[in-house]
Amino acid sequence: MPPAIAKLTPATLKTLALGALSLALYILLFSFEETVLQLSTGGGMGFLVPIAIAFLFSFVHGAFTGGFWDMLGLKANTRKEPKRWNK
Amino acid sequence: MEQVANFIPLDAAGLTGLFLVGFVGGLVSGFIGSGGAFVLTPAMMSMGVPGIVAVASNMCHKFPKALVGAYKRAKYGQVDVKLGLVMGVSAEAGVLVGAQVQQNIKTAFGDVGSNLYVSAIFVITLAIVGSFVLRDAIKQYRMGPAGNDEKAGRLALWVQSINIPGTMVYFKSINAKVSVLITIPMGFATGMLAATIAVGGFIGVPSMMYVLGVPSLMASATELVIAFVMGLGGTIKFALSGYVDIRLAMIILAGSLFGIQIGAIGTTYVKPYMVKMVMGLIMVTVLFSRLFVIPVYMAQLDMIGALEHGTMVALQTASFWIMVFALVMGAGVILRALWSGMRESVSAA
Repeated sequence: MPPAIAKLTPATLKTLALGALSLALYILLFSFEETVLQLSTGGGMGFLVPIAIAFLFSFVHGAFTGGFWDMLGLKANTRKEPKRWNK
Repeated sequence: MEQVANFIPLDAAGLTGLFLVGFVGGLVSGFIGSGGAFVLTPAMMSMGVPGIVAVASNMCHKFPKALVGAYKRAKYGQVDVKLGLVMGVSAEAGVLVGAQVQQNIKTAFGDVGSNLYVSAIFVITLAIVGSFVLRDAIKQYRMGPAGNDEKAGRLALWVQSINIPGTMVYFKSINAKVSVLITIPMGFATGMLAATIAVGGFIGVPSMMYVLGVPSLMASATELVIAFVMGLGGTIKFALSGYVDIRLAMIILAGSLFGIQIGAIGTTYVKPYMVKMVMGLIMVTVLFSRLFVIPVYMAQLDMIGALEHGTMVALQTASFWIMVFALVMGAGVILRALWSGMRESVSAA
């Protein structure tokens, strides 16, 4: 089996799926940009539109970017934290 | 929809530029807890985005970015959530008062007076706090391994010794109780600065380190909680008036979430003085950027002789690019520290 395929672990697949979902969200946002902007400036509860979008994108895109660097081998150092932080 | 007219059509070059500035800003924020906004807002305005929409959209990218960064750094045990929330709420009050002060100055002295006020606050805060942080970073670096165990300074020990019954709150980052009568003004000042120069962390992080005695890595991580609270409050305020351009905010967020992950990972490899070093370097460099524009505003207010149009444009352009340089330099120092930390880690394993 070629190495590239062998690396398709569940974590990698999850990251790729999150990446695809994140991309889809961006495509949707820009496909319906006028509608979204009108909703968000329409008064009433419209102010919640940008806030809800921001939360949604932060969860999906945030999880993707975390997995993305991990997939490329950029992982945090797992050293012990200084004592004062654990109190 | 009158307000939709505030939202400009976006082109590929502008989007790419914002994505890249977002990435670099995110990288710096993930590491020192704040930063990037001082470049993002003028960058958006140079694309033709009205000032208030630029500020609002910047706020709207800030809170989800800070949320992701705080979550990541909490996993490394670096976040004092209680301290972040206590300071965040008082920072929110500071933002509201700071915005009102800005509005009053603008009404009394116009745009130029407002710009001069912002620049003066920039220069005074950055000169005092930036040079202090940078000097402390150099001192800690010279101490060698002994500098890694950050002890609370004299001021912090004194603050921790103050006991005002009924106001004491335990904070795990310092393993001590501190009166909220001390943390509230700190948060308030952070919010005031955020409302004035868009980067509250230049007061928030140093105040946590030097007034409370919070270790620097933990102070920069806790700043992300403060940024989240301030950013969310600010976004609600601007969104109620319909000023948030969610497209701009999400493009910046797209880049900044890639960056913030690297910045956060970087903190697990570097020695504590690096947070102070990066913050001090950025503050002192940004300080120089503002010095360039002060003569422009002073000339516009007739405080000094008139400047030629070409000179004013050159000074403003130089100022903007120095701010970009400050951010890129900060990111460069972080990446270099991350790289050498990773190499040391691999060779030690």
